[in-house]
Amino acid sequence: MKKKDVPQQGGLNAGCREINYAVDDDGHYTLESSVGWEAKNIALRQAWEEIIDQLHRVLDEVRAGAKSPLAYHMVKNQMNPILLARYSGIARWRVKRHFKPAVFAKLKQSDLQPYADLFKISVEELKQVPEKPDLSIEEIDPSGGSA
Amino acid sequence: MKIDFQHRQFAHCESGVTANLLNHHGFPCSEAMAFGIGGGLFFGYVPFVKLNFLPLTTFRTGPGAIFKKATRRLGIEVRKQTFRNPAEAECELDRVLEAGIPVGAQTGVFWLPFFPPAYRFHFNGHNLVVIGKEGDDYLISDPIFEEIVRCPAVDLRKARFAKGALAPKGKIYYIEKMPNQFDLPQAIKTGIREVCRVMLKTPVPLAGVRGIRLLSRQLRKWPNKLGEKKTILHLGHIIRMQEEIGTGGGGFRFIYAAFLQEAAETLSNDKLSALSDRCTEIGDLWRDFALIASRVCRGRATVQDSFDDLADLLQQCADREETFFLDLQTALAK
Repeated sequence: MKKKDVPQQGGLNAGCREINYAVDDDGHYTLESSVGWEAKNIALRQAWEEIIDQLHRVLDEVRAGAKSPLAYHMVKNQMNPILLARYSGIARWRVKRHFKPAVFAKLKQSDLQPYADLFKISVEELKQVPEKPDLSIEEIDPSGGSA
Repeated sequence: MKIDFQHRQFAHCESGVTANLLNHHGFPCSEAMAFGIGGGLFFGYVPFVKLNFLPLTTFRTGPGAIFKKATRRLGIEVRKQTFRNPAEAECELDRVLEAGIPVGAQTGVFWLPFFPPAYRFHFNGHNLVVIGKEGDDYLISDPIFEEIVRCPAVDLRKARFAKGALAPKGKIYYIEKMPNQFDLPQAIKTGIREVCRVMLKTPVPLAGVRGIRLLSRQLRKWPNKLGEKKTILHLGHIIRMQEEIGTGGGGFRFIYAAFLQEAAETLSNDKLSALSDRCTEIGDLWRDFALIASRVCRGRATVQDSFDDLADLLQQCADREETFFLDLQTALAK
């Protein structure tokens, strides 16, 4: 990559600059600051859109009574049951049981606390799900996807 | 308490950490040099290991390898520790800091508050240097960022004990003793030979040039096998592994070219500077791949038509890299 070709296409990284390696006119390598590259922005944005898609799907399931709010918070934190079990210290089979709304409703405060601590929310918040996913691409990407 | 530490921003976390630590201990070292000596360049496509539910594609060796190999090849004594107990891990970190030694640490990215939200994924192979503590905040030299950053102790603790693939287990590492003299030319040669070996003579078909060919073959089948939506996710994942912060562009091929340029000078070997130019061209080819792939992701190009082109491009990358590494091997062979 030539120094003049170092892309400066801002995107999801919120003005955070990174280093690109490029060749100057004399053929020497230099470290150049870049605000982003279109190809990367597209890929990163797509990864977030997928997470938000998943959130919509799990939210529908929670509303339909098929899953407990725990499932929603898990997806919001980009986890799966295995990872959630590792982080919370609660056995995987129990974590999976807690996705059942009936089981979840009967859980004690002390059962819910590890989840709430992990997600950095209160137990009250853990028991609820928002109207629509409380994570949007605009939050992550202030540029509005201009890339 | 803050250690007087020269923070330099670099492209990649681990080679940046290694370079900054070596520099602190009196061995001036660029990131590219640390990356090259540490034999950081690699390719691996491991479909049965998933990262964010997608097949693992990597352009570098595993976490920790660059620091380990670079220091070993320079004859530097290092200390490495992992922990079971987070409180103990924090005590030990504080103790070493108190002794005035900057400490490298492996962390997850998801829990680090100084990362822009868009980059917070469950990726546990990140590296940074802790250089001080003020109240409940740690002062951190993270080579990805322009400036020194602050991180609350609770968050760093979470990040050091991130769970899942590549769990860091509180890993810290630091330099204990520098040798009286360095054999830099030898270290460079060992680093280069290792990369040639893993790229060309791997016994498993998932790594090196064979790995690129495997990916190329599989990629051709994706549209039929996975359907359009999943295909696009798979493709986006490769772009991110190749280009996202930390690679310096072109899946580390540009950093490696920069290393070869430095190596040519140190070893007074003109062949290496010509090879550096070729490595740059290979990096450019990977960039072309990422650009076309991203257009497919965006829906500007139709999936079916472009996939053969993309697979061909990968095939070309593999062919070019094969002859490149063969020539690199012979360039050192006397």
